[in-house]
Amino acid sequence: MRDVSMGQYYPASSPVHRADPRFKLIILILYLVTVFFCDSFFSFGFMTLFVLITILLSRVPILKVLKSLRLIIIILVFTTLLMMIFYSDTTSAPLAEWGIFHIYLNGIYAAIKLGWRLMLLVLMPTVLTLTSTPTELCDGLESLLSPLKVLHLPVHELALIMSIALRLIPSLIEETDKIVNAQRARGAAFESRNPFKKIKAMIPVLIPLFVSSFRRADELADAMDSRCYRGAKGRTRMKKLKAKFSDFVALLFWCAITVCILFLNYNWLGWAFITALSL
Amino acid sequence: MSFLEFKNVEYSYVGGDDELIQALKSVSFSIERGEFVALVGCNGSGKSTLARLCNGLLAPDGGEVLVDGQSTTDKRALFDIRKKIGIVFQNPDNQMVTTIVEDDVAFGPENLGLPPEEIRERVDWALASVGMSEHAKSGPFRLSGGQKQRVAIAGVLAIKPELMILDEATGMLDPNGRREVLEVVKKLNRDENMAVIMITHFMEEAAAADRIIVLNKGSIAADGGKELFNTPEVFEGAGLDLPLYVRLARRLNDAGMDVGCPLTADEFAAAVAKAQGGKK
Repeated sequence: MRDVSMGQYYPASSPVHRADPRFKLIILILYLVTVFFCDSFFSFGFMTLFVLITILLSRVPILKVLKSLRLIIIILVFTTLLMMIFYSDTTSAPLAEWGIFHIYLNGIYAAIKLGWRLMLLVLMPTVLTLTSTPTELCDGLESLLSPLKVLHLPVHELALIMSIALRLIPSLIEETDKIVNAQRARGAAFESRNPFKKIKAMIPVLIPLFVSSFRRADELADAMDSRCYRGAKGRTRMKKLKAKFSDFVALLFWCAITVCILFLNYNWLGWAFITALSL
Repeated sequence: MSFLEFKNVEYSYVGGDDELIQALKSVSFSIERGEFVALVGCNGSGKSTLARLCNGLLAPDGGEVLVDGQSTTDKRALFDIRKKIGIVFQNPDNQMVTTIVEDDVAFGPENLGLPPEEIRERVDWALASVGMSEHAKSGPFRLSGGQKQRVAIAGVLAIKPELMILDEATGMLDPNGRREVLEVVKKLNRDENMAVIMITHFMEEAAAADRIIVLNKGSIAADGGKELFNTPEVFEGAGLDLPLYVRLARRLNDAGMDVGCPLTADEFAAAVAKAQGGKK
């Protein structure tokens, strides 16, 4: 069984893997905002180019990236098709029509842009989870949210809850397997094709699972208490996140891309070549 | 002043049927630094309750638990007490806080607020002490039961406690895992002069300790050195078996051979050989 607690992490040695998770998270947010400012085909292409460069730098095979997006791609194709056939444009004549479905040239453009935008929106988060372990992401998030401690938000506790949840997923799966087998041995109807029977058969699995989760939580709490845990107070970390020079360079680089996209979108200086690319 | 002192400790809790169960009745004993003690007793004798009273996870209903002179009922002293007394629990899966071995071992020293370099040092040392250095970066789920329990021991060890309590820490392990853990514990007791309380119902493990405390229905039935095995009544009265070799030796003694009271396979073999040689 694959280690579920590692998420979809793809171990490799690359600059993207080594980057500080905090910077990766900031860049991701910046990137997501920027994607919403993309308007023309040229700006989409521009963004895609840098996404591809990032994937190449991360040494994660592109097929691997696309494979982890399988389900989303299906939804994406579906959305794009719907957008295309239901788009309505009163200024031009439809290229084709069947009953209530009309296809306009602008509709095709809009649909392609929608699909492209969605694709860009899901690609980068995938790259992030492929190149960072859940622990790194938890640590990064904790560090980024630490200013909120001023507002008495229990940032450390939240990060710890997240990391314990991740850590317990495999144990819970194992436990579920055990209970399912135990109930099966007592004649539970998991194989029944009747969906109602199937759902009913899950109840005797869920209740013991809950009970054992509470017991497990109790034991873990005792073990943590015994190991001198008393919340974030006076706690230090063995692995301190250290921002490297390259992290700042990457952040600056993505800021520059954002500025480019904003220029392409708003054309503040009225450059003619941007107008020409504004399809 | 002893390192750990129980003075007439009483503890009771409400059981499943709403009835009050008295887990410990006026228990008194003391443990010195560097001792290797086995605490034996059958299920429901109050062993685990006793372990949880030692570092203040539970507070006594009556009497007092003193660690280095500090009472466990004093909330401000708890942090100091837990620095001095570590507990390894039965199920290794329920003691791990993170997904990577070395991060988990670091959890304790991180709570102590040590500088990162010192945490690193302690983690490396603790993992080396239990022979798990090569697994530092792996996830606990790829490890065997014995290996996981050794990681749990390293996690407690990294706090550098003066007393380590193993609460049936070998209960869920196979014979190999049990042997691994026992070897590690013996080595720590010998090399680091760390006191150990080993709570177990495997009598072979108890035989490895210097001192044995027998707990029966919440009271101490016997407390002494290995000579306790010469008076098997105390173990049988508490619902416990004798170690295999002690039982064998007793049968041989009854049958007219003089082999004394050997505790391990080696001692047994030596005693039998000696007895045979004497006859020839």
